[in-house]
Amino acid sequence: MTSTPTGTVFEYAPAPESTAIVDIRSSYGLFVDGEFVDPTGGRSFKTVNPATEEVLAEVAEAGEDDVDLAVRAARRAYTRTWGRMSGRERGKYLFRIARLLQERSRELAVLESIDNGKPIRESRDFDVPQAAAHFFYYAGWADKLRYAVPAADPRPLGVAGQVIPWNFPLLMLAWKVAPALAAGNTVVLKPAETTPLSALLFAEICQQADLPPGVVNILTGAGETGRAVVAHPDVDKVAFTGSTEVGKQIARAVAGTRKKVTLELGGKAANIVFDDAPVDQAVEGIVNGIFFNQGHVCCAGSRLLVQESVADEVLERLKRRMGTLRLGDPLDKNTDVGAINSAEQLTRIKELSDVGEQEGAGRWSPPCDLPTNGFWFPPTIFTGVSQAHRIAREEIFGPVLSVLTFRTPAEAVEKANNTPYGLSAGVWTDKGSRILWAADKLRAGVVWANTFNKFDPTSPFGGYKESGYGREGGRHGLEGYLTWEGKA
Amino acid sequence: MSRVDVRKTYKLAIGGQFPRSESGRTYEVTDAGGKFLANASRASRKDARDAVVAARKAFGGWAGKTPYNRGQVLYRVAEVLEGRRAQFAEEVMRSEGGTRRQAEAVVDASVDRLVWYAGWADKVAQVVGGTNPVAAPYFDFSVPEPTGVVAVLAPQDSSLLGLVSVVAPVVVTGNTCVVATSQLRPLPAITFSEVLATSDVPGGVVNVLTGPLADTAPTLASHMDVNAIDLTGAGTDEDATAWETAAADNLKRVRRPAAEDWLAEPGLDRMTWLLETKTVWHPIGI
Repeated sequence: MTSTPTGTVFEYAPAPESTAIVDIRSSYGLFVDGEFVDPTGGRSFKTVNPATEEVLAEVAEAGEDDVDLAVRAARRAYTRTWGRMSGRERGKYLFRIARLLQERSRELAVLESIDNGKPIRESRDFDVPQAAAHFFYYAGWADKLRYAVPAADPRPLGVAGQVIPWNFPLLMLAWKVAPALAAGNTVVLKPAETTPLSALLFAEICQQADLPPGVVNILTGAGETGRAVVAHPDVDKVAFTGSTEVGKQIARAVAGTRKKVTLELGGKAANIVFDDAPVDQAVEGIVNGIFFNQGHVCCAGSRLLVQESVADEVLERLKRRMGTLRLGDPLDKNTDVGAINSAEQLTRIKELSDVGEQEGAGRWSPPCDLPTNGFWFPPTIFTGVSQAHRIAREEIFGPVLSVLTFRTPAEAVEKANNTPYGLSAGVWTDKGSRILWAADKLRAGVVWANTFNKFDPTSPFGGYKESGYGREGGRHGLEGYLTWEGKA
Repeated sequence: MSRVDVRKTYKLAIGGQFPRSESGRTYEVTDAGGKFLANASRASRKDARDAVVAARKAFGGWAGKTPYNRGQVLYRVAEVLEGRRAQFAEEVMRSEGGTRRQAEAVVDASVDRLVWYAGWADKVAQVVGGTNPVAAPYFDFSVPEPTGVVAVLAPQDSSLLGLVSVVAPVVVTGNTCVVATSQLRPLPAITFSEVLATSDVPGGVVNVLTGPLADTAPTLASHMDVNAIDLTGAGTDEDATAWETAAADNLKRVRRPAAEDWLAEPGLDRMTWLLETKTVWHPIGI
């Protein structure tokens, strides 16, 4: 045991998950029309392990010609096989994929942690099981679409171009691909530049499932590749998860086209703690809200709004709890906080944190040794934050919490809503009527009451205002991939 | 000698008032045969901004009313419109041409459309919301909520039925709106705003601007306090694309122009594109 200024921490022996289960190839092609192919331009980029900076693989970079080939393959698959297949048969392919994800779950979890930097505890217990559950859920919808929307004749849109972020690589793939395929669309998906490996393993899973060629195409690359997917004239639907800035570029790019769009963008969620909240549970919720996945979460509870009368007590217990968080090897089963996903993201977190200090907020982190290699940032809180501070307004997308206080419930709600975002919010109180009052007033797509960062395939997720439009999950998640009589 | 009639000054409707354009400008409106009808107000960019302010101010109160209450208010609008059937038939006939019988059919359809939407006020949440059977001990439910302030470019052809068909689904769920009317046929819309003003619709819930779209639509499309824009009456593809592009500045929800049959029964879509789904989670336990 070690005594630290903030509490007592048990020393655990290292418990790393074995990497023997994954077989990372030295290079990867693009997955087009059911096969891995070399990019026409012959360009590639490296993906690295953010915990060690070790190069993991060379990955093909798709150019405009590759995007065109992939969209053509998707169109062919849509018109010849997938779009004409009965929902019952489509559903069985999706069930197969769900089972294959379960069968290869350990491999996927280890690969995800290596490529992304997230703790194995999270990739193993959250990302991969949720991804499988999404496929299982939407598989069951494939032959029931006429019950999913208020119309007797729902039809797929055609080819979906999908661009996903690096924070939950496999899970975001599942959120995009499962409803698209269930509805009868085919897809061209671009995973994030820094986390392509689990999507490429998913391509193998599509092969193992004997999914007809061209139904799922996976193009690796960076922003240019994504832009080409969005801009391709034969794409009928664009689905994007990522920053609000890029979301606006996409909204402009599709203006005047027939393309349907859903956008799941940034957030600056308020996590409101009232004076009657169960403090220990609230502290766990605050920690889960901002330090889950290193804070690389669009719906992270990055603004703590705590009632003034209990602020000191909550902060003291929060600091004590933060002192017990274990930062380090993502593959260690005891790790709570893993690596920051990339050097670029680490730079942004450092910049905004420095701005927080310069603007006068008080910065605090528990004593915490950072590994010498890799990209790391300690769990951090800022106190004395005002609403004008950049760290209260801008999405940091890292393990950084801004603490503000309030006196009345009305003030809490006003501060919570004082943002162009509207993705999520948290409420902690023992009073049921206050929960429902706050949930009603908060302009956010998901409200977690006495909990935080909970997700489920059946539960619609998505934002108000500049956090995007459309919902993913549940029956609502199908609407973005279907059209019907009278639908604009 | 016959009596000299008293003619109406057609003004804007903003925040429950009927102001002239702050610009002092008007434009000539003629009937279907080209005969002078009125000098309507030519709304300016400033009028558009004032209308957005009025709509935002009205949003909290209107969205906060019970759905039952909003349904009653909309039904009241139908009642008052029915009572002024002859006046509206006359105005529609002058604006759109055609026979009195056709104009009366349009007014009847408009009344019926209002009644149809009024009934949805306290039902749509049950159709599009519900509980979500999550795989953990949580109670999880989703409810629809109004998106906020909506800019509506009303259809250019159908001056009353088209107008009612695009405005009723916006406000029935608790949104407020700024409507840019048909440019050449604005008069029924202004008279309809008198109906709204005498039907317990709070001021600011429906704000009406007349005049060329080029004067007001760019302001509405790029306004950072407008949450959505309906481009139904946008006119040209070029304008619709420009305004959709501007709408991306704050990620407005956008409804693109499409062919519409105003006499057909509408689906839910004109309501649902302006509903945000809010999902609430709470643990279950002792």
